[in-house]
Amino acid sequence: MILARVVGTVVATRKDPRLEGKKLLILKPVSPDGQDENGYVVSVDTVGSGVGERVIAVSGSSARLAEGCKDTPVDNAIIGIVDEVHLD
Amino acid sequence: MYLGRVVGSVWATIKNASMTGCRMLVVQPLTPELRNTGKRLICTDSTGAGAGELVYWVRGKEASFPFHPAEPPVDTTVVGIVDELHVNRTPLAEVAAAIPVPVEVQAKAPAPVHRKGSRKVQAC
Repeated sequence: MILARVVGTVVATRKDPRLEGKKLLILKPVSPDGQDENGYVVSVDTVGSGVGERVIAVSGSSARLAEGCKDTPVDNAIIGIVDEVHLD
Repeated sequence: MYLGRVVGSVWATIKNASMTGCRMLVVQPLTPELRNTGKRLICTDSTGAGAGELVYWVRGKEASFPFHPAEPPVDTTVVGIVDELHVNRTPLAEVAAAIPVPVEVQAKAPAPVHRKGSRKVQAC
C-alpha cells in the first residue's frame, strides 16, 4: 500500500460496464514525510475521498477486495483517508 | 517475503470496513545486509510489531491471508518479527575481483554456414 495525494479526477464515458458508477481519481504518490514521488496512478475511490486529500491506495489483485470492486477490472483502489502519519 | 524495518505508523479513520482495528505501519524495505532499499510503504500488521523492529512482510493478495476469514483490501502485510538473521554473502569487492578482466578476442567468428536448401533461388 502506498501513500498518495489526490490531484485530479478522470471522466470516462466508454468503459467496461463493471466500472459504471465508480469514481476515478488521479493520485500522486507521496513519501511518508510528504514529498512527491515519481509518476501518477489512476485509482478507484471506495471511501469518498476528494482532491487534495492524502489517501492510502492498494494495488494489484488486492484492489478487487475493496468495497464494490469484486470481479471488476480494477488494479488500484483507494481504501482509506489518512488522518496522520507518525514517523519515529 | 521481504525484510523491512518499522519506521512509523499511519492513522486513518475513514477506511474500508473490514480494516477496522487494523494497525498500519510505515515500513522501510531492507537488503539482507540491512541497508535501505526502495521506497517506504504502508503495511498492515498481523504480528504486533512496533517502532524500530526488524520484520518481514509479504506483498500481493497473500497479504490479506493472515486476517482470514476476513478479506481486507491490503497488498502488504507484516507477517513476522525477525529474531536473528544470518547472511553469508561474498562481499561485492571480492566478487568484482574474481571476475576476469576481458581480453581482446583474437579468433574471428566463424563464417556463417550455408545450409543447403535454406534459400530457394528462383530462376528469372
